[in-house]
Parts: sequence; C-alpha cells; structure tokens
Amino acid sequence: MEFAELIKTPRADNVVLHRPFHPAVEGTLCLTGHHLIFSSRRQDNAEELWLLHSNIDSIEKRFVGSLGTIVIKCKDLRIIQLDIPGMEECLNIASSIEALSTLDSVTLMYPFFYRPMFEVLEDGWSSFLLEQEFELLSSVTNEWRLSCVNKEFSVCPSYPPVVIVPKCVDDEALRKVAVFRHGGRFPVLSYYHKKNGMAMMRSSQPLTGTNGRRCKEDEKLINATLRSGRRGFVIDTRPLNVAQQARAKGGGFEQEVHYPQWRRIHKYIERFNILQESFIKLVEACNDQSHNMDRWLSKLEASNWLTHIKELLTAACLAAQCIDREGASVLVHGSEGTDSTLQVTSLAQIILDPRCRTIRGFEALVVREWLQAGHPFQQRCAQSAYSNSKQKWEAPVFLLFLECVWQIHRQFPCSFEFNEQFLILLFEHSYASQFGTFLGNNENERAKLKLPQKTMSLWSWVNRPEELRRFQNPLYEANSLVIWPSVAPQSLQLWEGVFLRWNRPSKFLEEAEEERFNIIKYNKELQAKVNALRRQLAEMETDEEAQEEP
Amino acid sequence: VENVRLLDRLSSRRAVVGTLYLTATHVIFVENGSETRKETWVLHSQISSIEKQATTATGCPLLIRCKNFQVIQLVIPQERDCHDVYISLIRLARPVKYEELYCFSFNPKLDKEEREQGWKLVDLNEEYNRMGVPNNYWQISDVNRDYGVCDSYPTEVYVPKSATAHIIVGSSKFRSRRRFPALSYYCKGNNASICRSSQPLSGFSARCLEDEQMLQAIRKANPGSDFIYVVDTRPKLNAMANRAAGKGYENEDNYSNIKFQFIGIENIHVMRNSLQKMLEVCELKSPSMSDFLWGLENSGWLKHIKAIMDAGIFIAKAVAEEGVSVLVHCSDGWDRTAQVCSVASLLLDPYYRTMKGFMVLIEKDWVSFGHKFNHRYGNLDGDPKEISPVIDQFIECVWQLMEQFPCAFEFNERFLIHIQHHIYSCQFGNFLCNSQKERRELKIKERTYSLWAHLWKNRADYLNPLYRSDHSQTQGTLHPQITPCNFLYKFWSGMYNRFEKGLHPRQSVTDYLMAVKEETQQLEEELEVLQERLANLQKSQSGDNKVKSKQQDQSKQIGLYTSNNSLANTPQEYSHDLKSFPSRSPSQGDEEDSALILTQDNLKSSDPDLSANSDQESGVEDLSCRSPSGGGCLPSEDSGKDSDEAVFLAG
Repeated sequence: MEFAELIKTPRADNVVLHRPFHPAVEGTLCLTGHHLIFSSRRQDNAEELWLLHSNIDSIEKRFVGSLGTIVIKCKDLRIIQLDIPGMEECLNIASSIEALSTLDSVTLMYPFFYRPMFEVLEDGWSSFLLEQEFELLSSVTNEWRLSCVNKEFSVCPSYPPVVIVPKCVDDEALRKVAVFRHGGRFPVLSYYHKKNGMAMMRSSQPLTGTNGRRCKEDEKLINATLRSGRRGFVIDTRPLNVAQQARAKGGGFEQEVHYPQWRRIHKYIERFNILQESFIKLVEACNDQSHNMDRWLSKLEASNWLTHIKELLTAACLAAQCIDREGASVLVHGSEGTDSTLQVTSLAQIILDPRCRTIRGFEALVVREWLQAGHPFQQRCAQSAYSNSKQKWEAPVFLLFLECVWQIHRQFPCSFEFNEQFLILLFEHSYASQFGTFLGNNENERAKLKLPQKTMSLWSWVNRPEELRRFQNPLYEANSLVIWPSVAPQSLQLWEGVFLRWNRPSKFLEEAEEERFNIIKYNKELQAKVNALRRQLAEMETDEEAQEEP
Repeated sequence: VENVRLLDRLSSRRAVVGTLYLTATHVIFVENGSETRKETWVLHSQISSIEKQATTATGCPLLIRCKNFQVIQLVIPQERDCHDVYISLIRLARPVKYEELYCFSFNPKLDKEEREQGWKLVDLNEEYNRMGVPNNYWQISDVNRDYGVCDSYPTEVYVPKSATAHIIVGSSKFRSRRRFPALSYYCKGNNASICRSSQPLSGFSARCLEDEQMLQAIRKANPGSDFIYVVDTRPKLNAMANRAAGKGYENEDNYSNIKFQFIGIENIHVMRNSLQKMLEVCELKSPSMSDFLWGLENSGWLKHIKAIMDAGIFIAKAVAEEGVSVLVHCSDGWDRTAQVCSVASLLLDPYYRTMKGFMVLIEKDWVSFGHKFNHRYGNLDGDPKEISPVIDQFIECVWQLMEQFPCAFEFNERFLIHIQHHIYSCQFGNFLCNSQKERRELKIKERTYSLWAHLWKNRADYLNPLYRSDHSQTQGTLHPQITPCNFLYKFWSGMYNRFEKGLHPRQSVTDYLMAVKEETQQLEEELEVLQERLANLQKSQSGDNKVKSKQQDQSKQIGLYTSNNSLANTPQEYSHDLKSFPSRSPSQGDEEDSALILTQDNLKSSDPDLSANSDQESGVEDLSCRSPSGGGCLPSEDSGKDSDEAVFLAG
C-alpha cells in the first residue's frame, strides 16, 4: 500500500494552529505517511510541530462557512486545533489523518520506516537479556536455573524463550505445569530478594475448574521456593467471588488442601474496561473548563482513578511486605497473569530493590516484567482516553504502573536516579513511538515481526549520554534500603505531569526544576574545584618538604 | 498521672506508656522506659477541645484536639484521674485573663535591650515609606491619635491628602464600627492604591456627603484613573440582608465614579464549619480515596480558599494592569478585608514574598488594622461563635501560591506552619488582644517578646532554597492562572495532617537542597582559603620567604551529603504485628487496608515546642493491616482449615 493514496491533500497554507497557553500561529500544514507537520513561516520565530499519526487518538471536524476546523486529540492527551481554509482541503486532510492514524497493519507503523539520525552506541534490543539477569542471580544463589523449554514459544506463547525456574524442576514438569495454567503461563521467578533469599513468582491462574483438578508438578514447583517449615503467600489479584466464578470457565485458584503451605490473599485490582472508563473520565475532568471547584473534586472522585492507584499500591506494598517483613515467598497471579499480576510484581520490586530505582535498572524492569513477561502492549495501548471506538482490549495498565512509580517517587524524591520526565517518556512511547520497543503483544510476536532487525529500540536512543542527561534526577543519592510508601489518600496526588500537562502553565514549575538542577550542579562543580586545589596544594607542599630535606 | 497510654491515631496497636504531667503552661507526656524518653509537649493555649470518651476495660480515653491540628489520644487507667485531668485541662485551656497566657511567663533569656530590638524588627512607618508615602497624594493623619475616631484602628493611618479631618470623621460615622477608608497598599509605579474600610451604614437609602467625598479623595489620589473599584467581599445576599439592619453597601448612583463589585467570600461561621468538616475528613481512620475526596469536597474548604484568591487576583489586576485604585470592605472590614488586601499585596509586591516583607504584611494588614486575634483564635475564653480560621485561610492562600510559583517566595512551608502555630500558641505577644489599643494598654512590648525576632533569628531554617532575588519569578506581579484552575488548589496535608508524619513525603526536597546550599557555601569559603594559600605558596616558592601553611585546616571533610541522606532514609526500621497480618477469611470482600506509617523528623526546627513531637520515633515504621471487619461472614481465621467451605457459603 502506498501512503500517497491516502493523502489527497498533502499540503495546506494559511493554517492556524491553536494550543492552550500558546498564541495562535499561522503556517503551513503538510501530511506525510507518518507525520503531520506544521511549520510557521514567520521569519523571526520559526516553529515546527511534528506529530506522529499514530499519536492521534481522535479527530473532530467542523465548519464555519468555508473555514474548516480540525480538533486533534492525541494519545499523550494533548489537544490541538487547526483552522484550515477551504472546505475540500479540510475534509481531505481530516480523512487522510483519520486513515493514517488508524492503520491496522503493524508493519506499516512508523518504526518500520524510521531511520535514526544518531549513532547507535549500544543496541537496545540486546541490552537487557535474561541471561545477564541470571548471571547476577547465580552469584548469590544456586537454587534457580535458566530453562529454554519455551524456545519455540510452544509451551507458552506469551512467555519469552528463556525463563528462570527452580533448579529442582525439570523441563518435562514445566510442560505439565503449563497445561495446568491459563495460557501456559507456569510460575516463573520474578524477583529474588537477596536479603533473605525469598522469591516472588508470577503466573496465571491454575485451571482447577469446578471439579478441583490438581497438578502435582505445579505444587512441587511453587513449593520449591519455600524454606523448610515456612509458608508462602499467594496474592490473587481478583476478589474471591471472581476467582470462584472463574472455575466455571475452567480457571480457578490454589485450594488449600493441595497447597497447605500457602496462604491465599485476595487483593482486588481493577481490570481492562473499568480502568479504561476510569481513564476516560479522569481526562474528561481534567479538560473540563468550568470554574466550579466542587465539580472538579467530585469528577476526580467519580473517575475512581486515584482509588485504582491506591489499591494497586496497597497490593504491591503487601507483596513487598510478605517478602521483606514476613520472610515468605510469594506467588502473584490474577487470571491471565499479563496485567494486574505484572503491576504488582514490578511495583513490589521498585519498593524492594534499589537497582530498579536506577535508570538502567528501571529499563531492565520494564523489559523483564512487562515486555518479556508478555503484557499485550499493542492491544492495551491501541487507543488512549479520547477514542470513541469502544474496543474491549484497551486499558491504561502500564500507565497506572508508571503513575504508581511516580507516587512513590514523589514520596522519596531523592531515591530515584530518573526523573518524572523519564516516566512521561515511557508513557508516550508505549502509545506512539518511532521505536519498535512497544510494538507487538509479546516476545513471540516481536520475533515474528523481526522487530530487533527491522526497527530501532527505544533503549538504543535513550541510553545515549546526551539523552540520558535529560532524564537524570539531580537529587538522586543511592538509597540501598527498602522504601515503604504511604498509601493514605492524603499522600496520593493526581499525576499532573501527565494529566494536566497540557492545561496548566508549566513555566514556573520548569523554572523551579531548573533551579534545583543548577543548585546541585554548582555544588558539584565547587566540590571538584576544591578537591583539585587540595590535591595541588598537597603536591606543592610535599615538593616543598622534599626540597627542604636534603 | 502515671501509666497513661498515648495512642497512635493511625494504628491503634501502637501505643506508648508514659507519665502525664500538667504544668501551668503545658501538658507534657513523657514516655516510659526507652532511653531517649520521648516527650510530647502541648501548650494549653493550643488545646481547642477535650473530649472524654466512654470508659473501656483498658481505661478512660481522653481525646485532645489542638488548634495546630494535632490530635492526641490518651488512655488513663483510673476514671477518677481522667476526670481530674479533664476538669483541669478545661480550665487551663480557657484562660480568662491575658496574664494567664504563656507569653507573660515565657522567657527566652534575652535581655531588655534584645527584647526591644526584637519589637523594632518590623516597623510600619518604614514600610509606608518603602511604599512611597507620604507623598503628593497621601499623608499620615493623626485624627485617630488617641483612638478617638476608631478604637480598632491604629493611631497612624494614611489617607488621601485632600481628605480633611472633617471628611474622615464624617465618613467614619457612616461606616460600621467607624472603620473609615484608609490606605492599605500604595503602588508607587502608577499611583493606584488599595484602601480598606468597613461597610457603609447606608441601609436602604441613607447617604453621607463626607463618605462620598472620602471616596472621591481616594480617586483623586490616583490621577491616572477616573474611577475606583469598590469591592464588597461578601456574597450579595449577605450584603443585602445587612441593609435591613441599617448597614449595607455603596449605591453607585450616590458616589461619583465608582464601580461596585461583589466578590462572594462566605462569613466566619461558614468558614468555621467548613474547616470543622475538613478536619473530620483528616481524622478519618484509613479512609478510602472516595471518602477522602467526597469529604474534602463537601467541606467546601478549597472552594473558599479559591474565592479568597479570586478576590485577591481581581484587586491585584485592577491595581497593576488597569491602574485603578480599589476600596475593599466586607462587614466590619477586619476579616475578609484583611485576607483579600493581604493576598492582593502579596501578588503585587515582591517585597511581601520575602521573609521580612511577609512579617511586615501580617503586621500591617492584620495586626495594626485590628483583626480580632483574641476572638478569632480563642486565646481567652470567649464566644465560640467568634472563632474562625480567618488567618489560617490567608496562610493557606500563600501556600497555594508557593505551589504554583515555587521560586517566588523567600521562605518555605515551614515558615508558614510556624507562624500558624504561634498565632495560637500565645508564646509571643504579637497576636494578643483584638486591637492595637488593647495591646498598648496591656504593655505587650514591655512584657512579652516578639515572634518576628524569634523567627528572624532562625531564618536559616525558613529559607526557600529555590529563591533567588534575581530570578524572574521574584520580580513584579504574580499572575496565577485563572481558568481553568480548579485543580490548582490542593489539600494541604503539611498543615492539616501536620502531625501525621507518615503521610508526608519521606524525603524532603527542601531540606535536601538547603543542606546542599549550606555545603556550597562552605565550599565557597574553603575555595577562597585554598586559592589564597596556593597563591602564597607560589609566591613563597618563587621568592624565598616561606609561609608555612596551617596543615590542620585541611582535614575538613565534605560529608554533608551522606549525613543529609541518612536523615532522609532513617525510617526504614519497621515493626510489624504478625497477628494483624492478613489472616482473613477469604469470603470477605472488603479491601485490606495497609496504612504504612513511618515517622521521621523531617520538621527541622529550632523551636523546642514545635520539635517536641517530631523528634520522637525516628526510624520506626509500621505497616498495620486492619484486621478483618467483614459483616456476616463466617470467621475462618483458622488458617489450617481449608477455606473452601467459606467459599461455598459466600458463593
């Protein structure tokens, strides 16, 4: 297919661009296969806006006489308005944008066409291999092994080719367990707590069905993580009645007769469509122009967004508590084990593991616990909060995770190597990107699409020193401790950096950020200077003494 | 009283046993056992209510709520003791004479001269001169020399030059409590001014020539503009109701060249109830997100804060952008008027956003113009209907602005919190009484100390590290966003949940940056010393006279970072009650609430009264899970039993 066929009017002049908190600008609008480009022709202040078509969530058009207006709502929640003279041009442009922003073939997406303008220092596609992770693990324990049982994606289509499992369980047993778990997602290691040797595993629900099927290998597998005489906790992210209902459909939960050493805790985390609705309501509330204070708070409340945040954080704290405080191993799962399960396991690691609070460690966490673990990014992030089409797979699952990280970050502003911008970047790129990282729903699909060969990895770009600089938190001081956030309502705030990003003046806050940065930079420069002088003085003084002595 | 238990509000399982002392000025709780013997000190004047609850098996609970939003729950073993404590506290918390207040016994060990110096720190004459008056348009009037015209006004007030004593006195007779229009803020740049007064006694039709002349004089004092705004900060309905009582508002027809404007801010009773409702929300034990947001919304508190801000923004805009003078009043002109004038001044003039300037602002718009501190903050036993968080709201407005303009203020949040604390503490004489007249009669300046001097002495603690006097945010008028702006107003947990340290960010960016800046300063000094020595050394090596450098100074270590960071991270020790761990019946659908509590001394303070509560329990963290509270479910706490039974029952 040629993109040109979809572009009936590639260019329009005298277009006026309106954005909140910016004066209107007149300029030229161009459409290309993947971008909407607006450039103002004013000599003094040339400005260009490049917008990926895949970032466009919805488009509205209306006419006043022959002046057409297009309102473009983006997946990063920005809203822009373009006034286009000429009804035909406007209609053409609107329909082109609509077609180009809803291409259904992945291979037509921009990452397949994007050619980087930077030198690749390190290929992000191979930056975070599970093998490296395992090497680190083997230096502290020999209870685990790498298994290639899923080499061909034949045991579990949504798992990566290699996984970490207890050493005493062989591949044959894993195959049996996979049959007993929804979607073949048998329990695998998610996190090993070095401090006390406790493990966090994740899986999908067991397929016990109504007649209480059991699987000896499954029991053996998860029991292998227990110390003798100690108990473990199964954190089920569904409420009990949902877990019960799941049995009718062949699913279920670990029954205590068969898992006597495990105690089950149901910690309800909301799923799919409920989250998507909540997301849509919240964004509506944030874009509401009314002056009434009351309506803002009740709309915020009615969106339930912060309730989801609170529940998710609470569940993650509980998992972390079981591991660190109770000294117990934990197995986390919901139904499929691809959404709430990953939210809980990854947030628990943020709390427990200082490494996950570094830039590199956080990237590794996202790769390990989201991309490789088979969170269906393509399904979940196909549409954002403005989309009219009601497809049932969209859900801001990853965004919720990022916001929880932000909430913890806000409470421990000096314990993270990355800043808020880094989290916002990941939010943006999970919805629309020039990089292939978030394409596909799992490693299997990514391999089939040959993404590592055909597209650039986000990590290749972001880990370049000049880019990294923008995402560093100047206040960072390595904190080797477990960080326990507060989950009280008073401690949780709306993530303004994402939800109010386009509807509030950001100048003063940015200035404050810059000021913080400068204070620390100046301090570090002074330190360097003082140290250099000290050294120089010491040298001169020893020289002098040496001269004196003979 | 011995063997008293002090309960933790967020987790009933955590309680400490200790001894309760009542002194003439404080309630003191000293913890038993532990080596540090943590102490909690509460000033009697901070106590806003004491509640004796039903006796339980463990003892008699006593709930003390404080005006600085601390809530203390005690359990006293003997009912008799509890009753005695209760009765004593009721008496002690409600003094009837000024002499009983703490400031008359508080002695910070300063000599007479230092005390006098302290009172001179904030000088309003100097302030009016700074604004640029007296000048061609404004002069000081001595008409109120002996409080003869208005007993709640200061002796020295600025009025338009063309307003004669006759006009002033005439106007004062037409104004509630004789609070005639007087200058609050003068804008040097364009001659526009903010004046304040009380409502006119206009009733349905009365008018007063002198009052009309007075407003005319105010307009004339600003030659650049041909009208003035008269802003009535009451809701229109309230103002109209006042007409029936012979009061009311200005009729535009009677006054030449005024533009009349209502900006509805609710009265003190509405505000008192609103705060009460919000505090109830703050006191909820493990509230859900919805409980909290609904409660906050229903309290209406943030709506009221926004109304005050809106009025201030309107006035600042009129003065700065339109160059029009504004006369502000409400009913008596000492509550809403003070709020609005001071918010507008703060927006207009960067000086008021400095530490010293902020003290001056409170002294000018609140203390000197007769804001009734004693009545509003219940220092002496009085009518509970007079109590209202008027200045608390102003302080919160400042905080909301600080959130929006992080570099614009020289002081930090702690400064605001400590001022709020001392408005109620009566430890310093500044906020005693209801007017300047009363304070002079009590000889406050001779008998008590000034808070401003105390804060100024410790100013290093109150600095905003992001403030730079040459920063663009510190220049000129602040322009807060007007629309849409609802979400800009946030709940201030640093104030209203001030004593629940566990709810606050565990690491303070402000403290961190302050430490970095302090270190930077030391580095700058060291750098200078080193450079000098280097120069000397070079000289001595080229020439032959040897200057032996002092070796000892060298060893100064740069260790601030680590110490600062360890402070931020201390509270990782974490106690946990295993019984409370989720051993719950699987059929219970309600959420497990783990409130993670962690206390940390992040309130750096030089004030023993303020830090007494915060330096305890550093390093204790608690994750308490609420025990199951399911209704109607079979308890299957016995974990050995297979819970599938319960599953069926529930299903």
